[in-house]
This record gives sequence, structure tokens and C-alpha cells, in this order.
Amino acid sequence: MYDANKILIGLAIFLGLMTYPVWSGLGRAVQAPKPEIDTPIIQKMPEKKCVENTHFMKTTHMQLINEWRDDALRKGEREYTNARGEKVLMSLQLTCMNCHSNKDKFCDSCHNYAGVNPYCWDCHLTPKQMKEGI
Amino acid sequence: MGITVSLGAVLAIIFVALIGGSTPGLQYVFGVFLPYVAFAVFLAGFAYRVVNWGRSPVPFRIPTTAGQEYSLPWIKQSKIDNPSTLWGVLIRMALEILVFRSLFRNTKAELRSGHIVFGPAKWLWLGALAFHWSFLIIAIRHVRLFVEPIPVVVQALDTVDGMLQIGAPALYITDLLLVVAVTYLFLRRLVVPRMRYISLPADYFPLLLIFAIATTGILMRYFIRVDIVGVKTILVGLSTFHPTIPEGIGAIFFIHLTLVAVLLAYFPFSKLMHLGGVFLSPTRNLANNNRMKRHVNPWNYPVKVHTYEAYENEFREQMKEAGIPVERE
Ligand code: HEC
Ligand code: HEC
Ligand code: HEC
Repeated sequence: MYDANKILIGLAIFLGLMTYPVWSGLGRAVQAPKPEIDTPIIQKMPEKKCVENTHFMKTTHMQLINEWRDDALRKGEREYTNARGEKVLMSLQLTCMNCHSNKDKFCDSCHNYAGVNPYCWDCHLTPKQMKEGI
Repeated sequence: MGITVSLGAVLAIIFVALIGGSTPGLQYVFGVFLPYVAFAVFLAGFAYRVVNWGRSPVPFRIPTTAGQEYSLPWIKQSKIDNPSTLWGVLIRMALEILVFRSLFRNTKAELRSGHIVFGPAKWLWLGALAFHWSFLIIAIRHVRLFVEPIPVVVQALDTVDGMLQIGAPALYITDLLLVVAVTYLFLRRLVVPRMRYISLPADYFPLLLIFAIATTGILMRYFIRVDIVGVKTILVGLSTFHPTIPEGIGAIFFIHLTLVAVLLAYFPFSKLMHLGGVFLSPTRNLANNNRMKRHVNPWNYPVKVHTYEAYENEFREQMKEAGIPVERE
């Protein structure tokens, strides 16, 4: 083989990069996040139900609140009727975060795992900030 | 013809994966078995191809000399286009691999009022650049779904890619670029008659496959949402060798994964190997030092030589008898 050292080093680097997920996780157990729904408001609920069903919330909550944002601010509609026919106020801080007041143990636990960092909190107040009255 | 075959193949893969992805018993085959096999084929095949190329003899340097070679001190050398040192070669290779410099020099011959005119042709270069860089960034972004904790670089790239902050989940710039670029590269083959004439199924298939991968990915992110936490559980399971398939993952994910698995398994046997090949292009990666260094031809077989000294030793007596002068008595 000609220039064997250069070619083999290059190949080794490539294979190393491609298998990065494998060797970087060796001997490390990864726990899937368990979002906690243990908040004062949810505890008081007789039936522990979200705005929509669990599967929909898990997969599509970001699109739902994005629609809420557009409906509330562009069309001026602030009332959402869910699949069960209940009317809900379209609000991030006053609806979602009222029930899910444990943002760091709920929203953030999933988001850190999935590597998303919603920029909403640049402007919107987290439940903690609301309580502290910032 | 080539298009029909390629399109048929891609649609067949999607169809099979759709059935596999929506049949609970088969999900394990499509979500665990197939990706493992495909990845193993990819790594082994890639290594085999590169080593195989590496074993080719290199009898002498054959770089394309696109400038003045190293010569007398008062003649200015073109150090990158006709490199004679390792550094020159490294810069030349970096420009080639990172910004496709030789594609940038693409020209187009045109007949203008009876004269042949060579004009610049940059669209292919631009399309190729957009396509390859988007593909790379998208591939790196996907690392977030394979490892925990997520490396800072990957997270930062994700943020930059989504910086337009359009909608939720945020629109990625590279998603847009990739689809536009791959569509352009495909249409180019379809619309330009000369391109169409030289295009084979092996040209259409990868483009359609990548188009299908991009489309299913975009569908999954913006339209037919799947549970990303569940998806990450599958993929982390694969990379840590604890495969699991949580319930409730949509078939669209299995279609996407299967298409990627096919791409990986197909990679080493196709023109896509230019990923490794570009590093091994002898016309780019060899320094033009043919006359500065000794390059031994590997095909030289050991030649049997009979030196004059040995000849004289053998025939000294006969030579003396015949009166031929000898060097040593
Ligand atoms: C009335 C209280 C209430 C409101 C308002 C509410 N949630 Fe929920 N949410 C719950 C409860 C209770 C659960 C757990 C039951 C379930 O999984 O369906 C839940 C579950 C979820 C889940 C699934 C978590 C998991 O286990 O994977 C998500 C995501 C979620 N909520 C997001 C939101 C978002 C976003 C909003 C605002 C649009 C919101 N919730 C508004 C009570 C609420
Ligand atoms: C630039 C600052 C800013 C950012 C960033 C931002 N918002 Fe808002 N948002 C506002 C303002 C201002 C309002 C108007 C409040 C009102 O009139 O009720 C609002 C209202 C909303 C509303 C409807 C009203 C309410 O009470 O909640 C929703 C829903 C909403 N935003 C969701 C989001 C989501 C989701 C994100 C992240 C993807 C986000 N916002 C990011 C500034 C921002
Ligand atoms: C079950 C886990 C889970 C929970 C709980 C959860 N999210 Fe998410 N969220 C996700 C995932 C996963 C994404 C990213 C989807 C993707 O990358 O396609 C996301 C994305 C988002 C986005 C879009 C971010 C972007 O810029 O792309 C917003 C906004 C958001 N979530 C808001 C919330 C809020 C507010 C809560 C708490 C009330 C919450 N989420 C709870 C899993 C969750």
C-alpha cells in the first residue's frame, strides 16, 4: 500500500467520527425523561387530563401553542375548544404553565433530552418568575 | 427509463417500510435489525473500498498542473495549483473538499454570433455547495438524537440552523436548502438533454433516495408529528446496544429510518463513495515533485544484470587467447 500511514490514519478518523455515538456512550446508561405532573393544580384535578389527549400533547404540543399564539395575537381569538368540547383560554403562561407550574421538571426534562431550547422564555415569564413577581 | 427504475425502487422501499412500520411485530426488524446491518455494511464496505484504492500502485506523480511548477528561483511558482510541498497539497485539497474549487472553474461553451465563447457556469457549483453543506449540517444535527448528553457543538449548530425562529418546531434553514438543491440537481439531469443522455439509474437513484429522506424527515418534523422523546429512546438504544421500540411511534419514522438504512448500505457500492474518493484523487493529492524526489516504479521486477567485471572474470582466458585487452590480468 502506498502512503499507507496517511490513508489508514484518515480512514481511522472517519470511522471514529461515524461511530462517535457508539463509543461516546459506552458504559453509560441513558434514562428517558419522566416529565413530572406533580403540581398543586394537577393534584387537585379529579381526572388528570391535559388540553388534548396524551399522544397529541406529546407529539404536537409545540404546534398547538404556536397556533394559539397566532390565533390570540393575529385573529384576536383567545378561546380554544378542544376535542372534548371544553373551552380553554389560549395562553402559554396562564393555561399551560398554570397546570404545569414545574417547568424545570416538566417541560425542561424533555427539552434537555431532545436538545431543544424554546426561545419563548426570552419574553414570557416562567412560573417561577411569575411567582416572584418579576 | 433510468428514472422509472429509480423511482420504482424508492417507492418500493417506502411501501415495504410503511407495512413494516405499521405492523408491531415487524417494527423490530425495521427499527433495529435493518439499521444495524446497514451500518455494519456501510463501515466495512467503506473501509474495504478505501483500502482497495490505497493498494493501487503509485508509480509517479500525476497531479493536474494548473499553474507554474517549481522551477528556477526567479520564476514565480503557483504554490497551490502546482504544489511541490505537503503544505501546498494540503491547501489544495482543503479548497477542493470544502469549497469544490475545481467545480467552480466549470465553464460552458456557447456559440455566439458564430464564435465559440467560453463563459462561466456557476450554478452547478452553487447547487453542489448548498447540497453538500446542508447534508453535512443535517447529519451533524441528528447526533442530538443518538447521544445523551448532547455535545455543545451539536446544540450550537442546531440553534444557528433554526435562527430564523419561524414557527414551532422552528424551521431549519438547511431543510429548505437541501430540498431546493436536490431538486435542482435532479431537474438538471432531467431537463438538460446532454445531461439526460449520460444519466443512468445510478445517478437518479441516489438523488431520489435523498429527496425521499429529506421529504419524510420534513413531513415528520412539521406535519405528521412523532414523539421525539420516543424516537430518541430508539436511537440511543441502538447506539448503546440496548435496542428498544417504545409504543406509539408513527410509521413515518420507520419509513425515514429504512430509507436512511438503504442509503447507508448502498453507499460503499455506488458513486456516493466520492466521499472517500475525493481524498484519494491522485490528480489533486500528489505533490508535483517528480523530478525532486526519486519515485521507484513498483512494477520494476528484479533485472538480472551481468556486469562487465563478472563477464571479464568469466571469459578472461579466452579473451587473452584471442588477444582482446582485459582490464585486470
Ligand atoms: C388543566 C391542566 C393542564 C393544562 C391547562 C395543560 N396541561 Fe398538559 N398535562 C396535564 C396533565 C394532567 C397531564 C398528564 C396526563 C396526560 O398525559 O394526558 C398533561 C400532559 C402533558 C404532556 C405530556 C407529558 C408526557 O407525559 O409525556 C405535555 C407535552 C403537556 N401536557 C403539555 C402541555 C402544554 C404545552 C399545555 C398548554 C397548551 C398544557 N400541557 C396544558 C394537565 C394540563
Ligand atoms: C419577542 C418576545 C416574545 C417571544 C420570543 C415569544 N412571545 Fe409569545 N407573546 C409575546 C407578547 C408580547 C404576547 C402578547 C401578550 C398578550 O397580548 O396577551 C405574546 C403572546 C403569546 C400567546 C398568546 C397570549 C398568552 O397569554 O399567552 C401565546 C400562546 C404565545 N405568546 C406563545 C409563544 C410561544 C410558544 C413562544 C415560543 C415559541 C413565544 N410566544 C415567544 C412575546 C413573545
Ligand atoms: C414529552 C416531552 C415534552 C414535554 C413534557 C414538553 N415538551 Fe415541548 N417539545 C418536546 C420535543 C421533543 C420538542 C422538539 C420537537 C422536535 O425537535 O421536532 C419540543 C418542542 C417544543 C417547542 C418548540 C421549540 C422549538 O423552537 O423548536 C415548544 C415551544 C415547546 N416544546 C413548548 C413546551 C412547553 C411550554 C412545555 C411545558 C408545558 C413542553 N413543551 C413540554 C417534548 C416535550
